[in-house]
Parts: sequence; C-alpha cells; structure tokens
Amino acid sequence: MNAAVGTASATTTDPNVRNFQINFGPQHPAAHGVLRLVLELDGEVVERVDPHIGLLHRGTEKLIETKTYAQAVPYFDRLDYVAPMNQEHAFCLTIERLLGVEVPKRGQLIRVLYSEIGRILSHMLNVTTQAMDVGALTPPLWGFEEREKLMVFYERASGSRMHAAYFRAGGVHQDLPRQLVEDILAWIDPFLKVCDDLEGLLTDNRIFKQRNVDIGIVSLEDAFAWGFSGVMVRGSGAAWDLRKALPYECYDELEFDIPIGKNCDNYDRYCIRMEEMRQSAYIMRQCCERLLKEPGPVSAVDNKIVPPKRGEMKRSMEALIHHFKLYTEGFHVPAGEVYAAVEAPKGEFGVYLVSDGTNKPYRCKIRAPGFAHLQSMDFMCRGYMLADVSAILGSLDIVFGEVDR
Amino acid sequence: MDETLRELGAHIAEALPDAIDEIVVAYGELTVTVPGAEVVKVLTFLRDDPSCRFVSFIDICGVDWPKREKRFDVVYHLLSPTLNARIRVKAETDETTPVPSATAVFAGALWFEREAYDMYGILFSGHPELRRLLTDYGFDGYPLRKDFPTTGFVEVRYDDERKRVVYEPVKLAQEFRNFDFLSPWEGPDYVLPGDEKASAPKAG
Repeated sequence: MNAAVGTASATTTDPNVRNFQINFGPQHPAAHGVLRLVLELDGEVVERVDPHIGLLHRGTEKLIETKTYAQAVPYFDRLDYVAPMNQEHAFCLTIERLLGVEVPKRGQLIRVLYSEIGRILSHMLNVTTQAMDVGALTPPLWGFEEREKLMVFYERASGSRMHAAYFRAGGVHQDLPRQLVEDILAWIDPFLKVCDDLEGLLTDNRIFKQRNVDIGIVSLEDAFAWGFSGVMVRGSGAAWDLRKALPYECYDELEFDIPIGKNCDNYDRYCIRMEEMRQSAYIMRQCCERLLKEPGPVSAVDNKIVPPKRGEMKRSMEALIHHFKLYTEGFHVPAGEVYAAVEAPKGEFGVYLVSDGTNKPYRCKIRAPGFAHLQSMDFMCRGYMLADVSAILGSLDIVFGEVDR
Repeated sequence: MDETLRELGAHIAEALPDAIDEIVVAYGELTVTVPGAEVVKVLTFLRDDPSCRFVSFIDICGVDWPKREKRFDVVYHLLSPTLNARIRVKAETDETTPVPSATAVFAGALWFEREAYDMYGILFSGHPELRRLLTDYGFDGYPLRKDFPTTGFVEVRYDDERKRVVYEPVKLAQEFRNFDFLSPWEGPDYVLPGDEKASAPKAG
C-alpha cells in the first residue's frame, strides 16, 4: 500500500492504541487513475474514507458553454474514455429532443451497435482490472486483446481509436462500410468464447471469490438513495435498465435480457458485467444483421442541422452555404431545458441541457454515474479491511475522466 | 406520456399547495418550481408518497442567471423506478441565501451539493461538510459562474529554482477567442436605431 504519510491521531487515551491515517494514491495502480483516498484505519479495519477528487478536473462544463453544439461533442469522448460513444449519445439525445429531430432507423442501429461496443469495452476493462486489483494478471492480458479489436472497429467507423466524435446531432457522421459490419459480425462468436475463457479463469476461482463474495454489500434502498444506477442497482436486485425502462433509439425492437444480482456484493456485480457483455454481443448481432439488410440514410436530412457531405458541397451552392454556416455559426437550438440519459456501461449517464435559443449551450450539466458511485466509498468501505478497499473500488467501476469532468 | 405527467403534477400540487410555485410539462418532462425554503419538504414528499416514490436520486446542479435578482437555480433531478418517470425540482436562490440541504433525504446529495457550492458558491444549510470538491486545494472563486472567465485567473508550473509548484497570473500567448455569431435578426434584441419607432403608439 502506498503509505506515503503515516500520522497518528490521538483519539484514544491509551498511548499504545491509535488510529492510523494513510494516503491511498493519487498514484496507485488500484486507484484506477488519479484518486487520492485518505483512509483512517483502526488496525486493518477501515474507520473512515475521504476521497479527494478533482485531480483530473478540466472544466468540461465551462468549456462547453463557450462552444457551439457541434464543437461540444468531442468533449464527451474525454469523459468516460473507456466507452466514448455512449457519452456522446446522451448529449446528442438532448439536442435532438430540443430540436425535435428524428434519427433514421439505420442511424439508430449504428448508434446502438456502437453503444454496445462501448459497453463491452468498458466492462472488459473493469472486470479484468478488478481481477488484477485482487491479484490475477492473466485476465487483463486476455481481455485487452478483445478491447484492441473493438477499438479497431471504432477506428474504422470514425477514424479514431478512442476520441471518436462519431455521434452527431441528427444521426452519426458517416455510414459504415459493408465489410466493417461483416467483420463485426464475425467477431462476435470468437468473443463469446473469450468470455467463457475469462469466466473459466475467474468465476470459480477460489482467490477471486474470497476477495469478492460478501464484500461491498449495499441494499437496494441505500443504492437508490446514494444515486446509484446501472450495474450497481442491478447488483442489488432491481431489474432497472434504461434500455428497457425508458427505451431510447431502437432498443425496444431488439431482444436482450437484463441480468440482476441477489446478494448485492462485489461478486454479483462481476457476474452481471460478464453476462451483460454477452447480452451486448447478442444486441450487436441483431444490429449487424439488420444493417446488412436495411440500407438508408444514417442521419437526419434536415440541412439546417446536419452538414452536407463533402462531395455534395463541391457541387451545390446551397450545400456550400449550409456547410459554411454550420461550421462557423453552428445551428441554433430552441430555448428550453431537457434532461436525457442513456444506460452507459457504468450506469445512468445524463446530460441536463439548458438552452437560451442561441448556437451555444447556456448550461450543460453532466451527470456522471461514477461521481455518485465514488462518493459512497465512505459508506461502503466502513468496517471492511484495508485490502477490501481496492476490491470495492474496482467493483464500483470508476473512471476519472467522468468523475472529475 | 404528457398526460400522465400532468396528472402527477396535479397530485403534487394538491398535496403541497403552499410549497409549489409552478408546475410545467415541457419536452415530455415535468418541472416543479418551489421556494428555496420548501425544498426538503417537497423532496421528502416526492420520496415517501406512495403514488410518487421518487426514491432514486439522480442529480443536483446549479444554473447561473446573473441578470436575475435571485441569480441561481438549484435543480434537482429525481427518478421513480415504480412510476418509471422523472421529475425536476427547481428552486431559486442568491449568493447569500442558503438552501436547506437534501442530504437528510437522499444520502447521495452529499457530493452534488458540494459540487454546486464549489462551482457556483451556492450555500446549503445543514450540510455536514460543505467544502470544495473538484477545484484545486486553496482555489479562489466560483468557476461556473457566468462572470468567471473561461481562462481563469491563475496558472501553475513547476519552478526548477524554487523546487516547487508556483501559481502565477494567467498569461495568454493569444487572446481568448469567443465569437459572437448571433445575427441581429435572429438572436438577441439589439435595438437598431429607428426601430423603436415601430412599436411606439401612433400619433392621432
């Protein structure tokens, strides 16, 4: 443990018994980024946890207020950088709701396909690094190979492995090449095999179970009151998933199941993430099969919002004017306020957008699931051992890009 | 969808007649405006009432409207998994009037209120530890207020002579560019010279 500072606080009268304060992080491999936890320990039992965050605070919300709507999209890639497109999705949904724009079916299918790729990217990172936090090195090596393939799919669609800026207001930036859809389809079956292999390493692993079963228990009532969402409430037994409960895009036309946990502990959350990856793969298969059959536009045809394609711009004067206007001034969004949320891999990722009718957001509050999860560290770790802190932190699925914004 | 929300809004207005200023349904979302002092009462009702059950805490944030007398909106978002509905509660406040803290109703309000304090300087009474959260240790000012410049006031660097990190006033190699694209006939109410005659009452 990174015991940089050890100070004794005089809480008891007996000079031989004293509480110990240690700094966990900010540079600690199990801190999943730049988290500084000030832990107060009684022997090895955790008495109090004080997370100090903000070391990765970049003022995203302030920056977005000075950018046009189209320019603000790439900031969302940099929030939860292990599943970039899911964040863009929430922002695009808010704009579309204010503008009243409908996304064509093919655009919706591509969005769902890439949201599910993002879910696998995120869960794969979380499950395997959680295993690493409790001592297993093989899962990250196997899992990251699959992540690498998925990032190639990102790159082939958007030109960028991570910071895609692929979802735009009104649809997605470009159509997918047929070969890419076929390659994604061909990737699914081998991936399910990798999931089985990973489960073979972890699910019945004695050490993994000893470190995770009955650790980090949180009741459903507490989970809701602390603002938990996603896997964290499903692990506590709520069959709550925004893709089913408040369906957006074409999730209501796709078949998939929602795994839920019974024991409310770290291990259940691990099992849910493994199953969700398989369900995501099923959703991806349905999307790919439909994408191969159903051609069509990938973004709305409203030229006042969606910029024209380059070839069109070279030929049509009107398209050139639209292009110039959209890339300098941008489009105007009617005044109003909207909250739109997506089921991001880590939970409910929401954007609360206040528009004053101009070409820039007046206020854009980003509601990150990790922020709500991390604040409960004190509540969840109290009474557990020091070694459980990293196991619980791993199970919360924290990425600092979205916590600090 | 809108109809159900309107019914829900009517139910809330009926149960808490003194504590509700306004109920609006817009873009398929229900917004309830309440006086700042009544926030805890309303949130408790929304959480406990059997036909509301907004048990899931989503978000608290501030919005700054510097031209208003009470410049801040404190916006609460709640979710009801039983009704499958969302609600937004808004309260107005200014720099000096504290809003009662929601931490007693929703434990998760802890950090969200700290963030609103950190970013806007909105005060919450009864919050167990209202200190800065996201900004640097020793930071001064409230960065998300509209009158706070995007570039900030100080920048940090490591000084090799003094062997420590030093804070200095911001020096920009290039001026911060923020273009005003609003055209007078689409965006703000620029009064062009002569235009005021159009709305003046006609003589005779």
